[in-house]
Amino acid sequence: MNWSWEIFFSYVTNGLMLQGAWTTVWLSVISMALGLGLGVLAAMMKMYGNRTLRWTAEFYIWLFRGTPVLIQLVIIYTGLPQLGIRLTVIESAILGLALNEGAYLAEIIRSGIMSVDKGQTDASRAVGMTWRQRMWLVILPQATRTIIPPLGNQFNGMLKTTSLASVISMEELMRMAQMLAQTQFRVLEAYTCAALWYLILVSIWSVIQVRIEARYEKPFGPDEAVSFDAKKARRAAFRKSKPVKEA
Amino acid sequence: MTVEQDQELPPRPSDTRTLGDPIVMIENVQKSFGDNHVLKDVSLSVRKGEVVVICGRSGSGKSTLLRCIDQLESIDGGTIRAAGHLMGFREANGKRVALRDSQIAKQQRDLGMVFQNFNLFPHVSVIENITMAPVRILKRNVAEVREEARALLRRVGLPDKENAYPRQLSGGQQQRVAIARALAMKPQVMLFDEPTSALDPEMISEVLDVMVDLSTQGMTMIVVTHEMGFARAAADRVILMHDGQVVEEAPPEKFFTNPESEHTTLFLSKILHH
Repeated sequence: MNWSWEIFFSYVTNGLMLQGAWTTVWLSVISMALGLGLGVLAAMMKMYGNRTLRWTAEFYIWLFRGTPVLIQLVIIYTGLPQLGIRLTVIESAILGLALNEGAYLAEIIRSGIMSVDKGQTDASRAVGMTWRQRMWLVILPQATRTIIPPLGNQFNGMLKTTSLASVISMEELMRMAQMLAQTQFRVLEAYTCAALWYLILVSIWSVIQVRIEARYEKPFGPDEAVSFDAKKARRAAFRKSKPVKEA
Repeated sequence: MTVEQDQELPPRPSDTRTLGDPIVMIENVQKSFGDNHVLKDVSLSVRKGEVVVICGRSGSGKSTLLRCIDQLESIDGGTIRAAGHLMGFREANGKRVALRDSQIAKQQRDLGMVFQNFNLFPHVSVIENITMAPVRILKRNVAEVREEARALLRRVGLPDKENAYPRQLSGGQQQRVAIARALAMKPQVMLFDEPTSALDPEMISEVLDVMVDLSTQGMTMIVVTHEMGFARAAADRVILMHDGQVVEEAPPEKFFTNPESEHTTLFLSKILHH
């Protein structure tokens, strides 16, 4: 048996690994955020757009859900320069991951919006809301509840999918593990270390996810009627992100 | 629907009100859903301050008519004028041009609508349900609108519920909040689409009381309902729709005692003998 705990633990806290883990985190967050924007846009186009917008959205979703992310990343980074479009590694990684994620999120967001009762649209139109006001004030706040749980799972997936960006030499966890493995030939230790880091990141996210979901699982409104001022104070406290005790 | 309910409702002081000029004018309206011809050449005029009750079997087109007036459905033919608007269109050089969603929204602000299923916004409190539209759409002063909302809540008998959420209220309470929400936009006409059909029997009268109160204060109201007690007590005119057409149009006294259409006789015999 040729396994060295010593080397393994040295890898866990290795500067390259830590740097890689951090890159994985911010790459996931940025790609997810952009993907969410794309997803909302595509969902809106598909649900409310004219024929051109609808078909564009359909095509986008079909294309990016129907092809492997790996190929998308490779085409963006190594293929597009042939057409004169040169993107850096970071730009390519973010673009590829966000485009892919957006296609999946579009469907999640669409089903969230469709889960809101049709009567809400009637009621908001009847008081004279425009489409934008209706979406922003009435439909999306309610759709959020349906969207949040699958969104959390998507982010869990995203943390791991970023490893594919290693093939275009994005220096995230996987790439760093490769680099360590190639310098000292401790392949098993290096990749196990990367796996451990993914586990840690996903576990941390799970804890956050549970808290977010708990917040959105409760029925609308407090258990007891709370005055407007108390609610305002609670919101202000939340913004300062201090923990707030429920009365 | 019962005799007891008739007695609970305060008598209508119709003679103290004077009806104004027509404020809703419906002419030859046509509406189809696919092959289903729902409104067949419907015409109806409602004067300012008038209370019109529309009844009829389900599928007779009465709810669709109400939804067309408020532009929740677009019409296929004819014209609807309400609160000074040509609903859904504008006139340019004698031609009618269909309006965009945002322009229709402006017309809708002058009409209030109350739904069978209340359709309160579940994610905000009672007072925010009422203030949302005046504050966020009309950009009015928050404090001022909240004061008005509190007055409206007193008017519908729910002064202590401003911070409750819809799910914490009974059906009757939710419907009264829905009425307050519609009134907050200061509509010129109120449309009620079977406002008591989804309510438990013991809650019906609390909603009807609010509606009767509203009618005595001169609000123009078009009410789709099967509550004949309300029609007797508050309506200036009762209309029967059958198969997408208006088949009877009479003051309540005549409607209930001496109707002209056989459909009305049949409808009344069914609804009054339950």
